[in-house]
Amino acid sequence: MATITADAPGYDDDRLEEVWEDEPGIPGFLTTVDHKRIGVRYIVTSFIFFAVSGLMALVLRTQLATSNAGLISPTTYNELFTVHGTTMIFLFNTPVLAGFGNYFLPLMIGTRDMAFPRLNAFSYWIFLFAGIFFFTGFAIGHAPSGGWFAYTPLTDRAYSPGVNLDFWGLGVAFVGISTTVGAVNFIVTAIKLRAPGLSLNRLPVFVWSMLVFSFMVLFAVPAVTVAASLLEMDRLFHTSFFVPAHGGSALLYQHLFWFWGHPEVYILFIPALGMMSMIIAVFSRRPLSGYVWIVVSLIAIGFISFGVWIHHMFVTGLPLLATAFFSAASLVIALPSGVQYFAWIATMWRGVVQLKTPMLFALGFLLIFLLGGITGVMVSVLPFDYQVEDSYFIVSHLHYVLNGAVVFPIFAALYYWIPKMTGRLLSERLGHLSFWTMFIGFNVAFFPMSILGLLGMPRRVYTYPSGLGWDTLNFISTVGGFMFAFGVLLTFVNILVSHRRGRPAGPDPWGADSLEWATSSPPPDYNFAAIPIVASRHPLWDQRPLPVAASGPDAATAALGPEGAERRTTPFTTGLRAEPESTMTIPGETAFPFVLALGIAVLVGALLVTTALGALVGVVILGVGVLRWAWRTGEH
Amino acid sequence: MLLVTTTLVLAACGGGSPSTLHTSGTSADKIANVWWLMFGLAVVVYVVVAAFIVVAFVRGRGRTTSGPASRISDNAFVWIGGLVVPAVILIVLGIVTVTTGRALRAPDRGALVVDVIGKDWWWKVQYPGRGITTANEIHLPVGQPVEVRLTSDNVVHSFWVPELAGKVDTIPGQVNVLRFTADRSGTYLGLCAEFCGLQHANMHFQVVAQSPGDFERWATQEARPTAEPTSEEQAQGELVFVRSSCAGCHTVRGTPAVGTRGPDLTHLASRRTIGAVTVENTPSNLSRWIANAGSAKPGVLMPPALLSAPDLAAVLAYLESRS
Ligand code: HEC
Ligand SMILES: [Cu+2]
Repeated sequence: MATITADAPGYDDDRLEEVWEDEPGIPGFLTTVDHKRIGVRYIVTSFIFFAVSGLMALVLRTQLATSNAGLISPTTYNELFTVHGTTMIFLFNTPVLAGFGNYFLPLMIGTRDMAFPRLNAFSYWIFLFAGIFFFTGFAIGHAPSGGWFAYTPLTDRAYSPGVNLDFWGLGVAFVGISTTVGAVNFIVTAIKLRAPGLSLNRLPVFVWSMLVFSFMVLFAVPAVTVAASLLEMDRLFHTSFFVPAHGGSALLYQHLFWFWGHPEVYILFIPALGMMSMIIAVFSRRPLSGYVWIVVSLIAIGFISFGVWIHHMFVTGLPLLATAFFSAASLVIALPSGVQYFAWIATMWRGVVQLKTPMLFALGFLLIFLLGGITGVMVSVLPFDYQVEDSYFIVSHLHYVLNGAVVFPIFAALYYWIPKMTGRLLSERLGHLSFWTMFIGFNVAFFPMSILGLLGMPRRVYTYPSGLGWDTLNFISTVGGFMFAFGVLLTFVNILVSHRRGRPAGPDPWGADSLEWATSSPPPDYNFAAIPIVASRHPLWDQRPLPVAASGPDAATAALGPEGAERRTTPFTTGLRAEPESTMTIPGETAFPFVLALGIAVLVGALLVTTALGALVGVVILGVGVLRWAWRTGEH
Repeated sequence: MLLVTTTLVLAACGGGSPSTLHTSGTSADKIANVWWLMFGLAVVVYVVVAAFIVVAFVRGRGRTTSGPASRISDNAFVWIGGLVVPAVILIVLGIVTVTTGRALRAPDRGALVVDVIGKDWWWKVQYPGRGITTANEIHLPVGQPVEVRLTSDNVVHSFWVPELAGKVDTIPGQVNVLRFTADRSGTYLGLCAEFCGLQHANMHFQVVAQSPGDFERWATQEARPTAEPTSEEQAQGELVFVRSSCAGCHTVRGTPAVGTRGPDLTHLASRRTIGAVTVENTPSNLSRWIANAGSAKPGVLMPPALLSAPDLAAVLAYLESRS
């Protein structure tokens, strides 16, 4: 299939490259605003965190393989599980999805960059610095040990002295900036930068899911930022928001934390669902059944997920009536997932299913999330939750959801989209091997945990006595954990090897339907020389050859053709129907996002050690960054 | 298939576990019933949906062109399978939630009240109106409803005896209530379920359910102040105890030792374990514990004893005779 780049008449490729190319070397690295480079960075950085955090989990599992083990001290154990959980949620799951969104959302909607390219760069630098900040605590032997949820009063100064916990509290508030600005960027991009004709009802499901993801982030993240900030005020400035002895409330913290924490689970999960909808349809060679219901389901999950946070607090002594309401809401949220399951089944039922590695991971996801969803319904049932809350049953459930139903789709996405990013296919054989190792390892690791929970094993224990019938299952679980890790390793190897030696992918190796496959692999810096004109939900299936627009004389159409690309512009279109409206200039390379993020990092570091001078330096750098950034924007 | 193995494994591994399914209390019974109902539904749902997935996939794999339209439309399929059927199941579960939830919380007349305070990392146990204070061991009469009032004066813990009832958190600044009735005599392991810091893993306790007669005998004895020392060595031990740092943290009723940071030791010898079920209460364990509690329970909030060997022996003799 021809690509738009090659198809667009009358433009000079070299000339475009010159306009769009980043400076080579380090300066270009620090100043780029290209959404694809930033997207790759997001993905690579979060996978590094994933690997580190996964190794920690292996240490934890080794300690638990036998009863009364002494491999690591209780302190180390508590630090490791705190860092493991925090890293997976804040530094892997959320940013890796943002990474895929960054790379592919603009491509899927046929535009040349994100709506706020500099903000995008800023968002990445904040994520990176926050991650480094958080891990500094671990590196210098002052890791937090209050759990990834950091419940008060355990995390108040009285019970957690030292800077350890401040790495958590400040780190969480810090990384929240990145997530929030990222969300704003996704929303505006998806609403305003779509290719002409790509009306909302033709939007790829992954783009829909990123929209829901972003709206949820905007409403949920402030709660955790507030929770972490108030906690830090208690710790650094001796306020008493959460100190019961001085009239504060320990439960208030839990409410704030879970008001973010539960939507967060769905925040992670919704883009994964979006990926699944696209991949299952492509490998069934058939349009997705029930597109509308799938989109409505995603939105419904987004809404309902804000009404279920109390189900993390069923055993805190809240009144029955209140908890029953949240119990009901938690049951209801299963319905939109049910709808999607049957839509996917219907898609495959009449489709021509191809068992490529991405599809294999999708099938693994279907079988794993089915169990995660069922156990999720179980724990929504109040009385049952009284027994299994804070037991290994929950550890099993949450990994079926967050590891199974999010990480498997992410691996499907790696196999599906890496050929677009690198231009080379991954090995199918290694992919299949990796999948089966991961799939079996996963179930061997996490299924026994649900039984352990029923057998009374509480979570977050660094060891357990023998004679309670827990030994065998724990040992099996540990073996599964190593197997899973080995499967992950195989995919890493696959990516590294194929990066050099993989077969060329061509623009559209899977015969897919969405616009990212309409340009070359890897895409040129400007994505599309001429913007495609969309007239179908499946442009690459229904519109062959794919028509492209030409630049017109007025502002609405000026950016459509290669002339638009030559001026570093991209078209603005209307929110609903995506009709050309005006033209947006894409800013060039700039160091300000980096400087601004650095200023914030210095400020946060100064708060950690409470030095006013350091804070001042941070504020100055930050101020310079903001002012110069705003100033320069005025030029355009 | 995974779900089916559960049943087998649960039956096989259950021995010795504080299992939520091998119950001896009214509350845990009710919850176990809910579990078995859900388990049955779960097996059916999993098998049916997984079968759909596998069949859809196998059918789809075998062809080269899209299949013909099915008898029921995709939309109807999605609605029935994804919405209607699950909704029916969820309504059933919703009803179960409310009815069982209410039954679990319904107060009983004539309940025995026990106050439990979560400590770092042990449990303080009191029987209001009966003058009993003890630690990590809760005695109950079989067949009589109990109302455990739970709180904490430090961090959040969670009180859980899987064989008898679900769990409830102990939260500073509020009192939560857990109700159940033990219906078989025996000793049941209790655990702290909410992460509470360094020794969360060794914050266990025991619930001893016994006949009403045995319980009364225990309670009467437990309410008494400690006995007079009956030997030279014990008397020496008491002297050392009340004069050393021990008395600053521990109470022995009937002596000047009235510390409250550690467990009440008035009837220590009657208890089966020490250190919140970290080790059994044997002379050698006790002696090691007093000399250096942190060796059994790293990070414990009791410092190693700075006593000479004879003093240590005397304290040991004294504490061992506190039954
Ligand atoms: C700083 C306070 C403190 C001092 C001083 C102290 N203890 Fe303790 N003691 C504790 C705490 C706290 C515990 C409970 C530890 C746990 O289980 O986590 C405890 C537990 C015990 C126990 C086990 C009780 C049980 O039922 O589990 C014994 C016995 C004991 N202490 C004896 C002594 C003796 C003898 C001394 C003096 C040599 C002493 N303690 C000094 C705080 C103290
Ligand atoms: Cu505890």
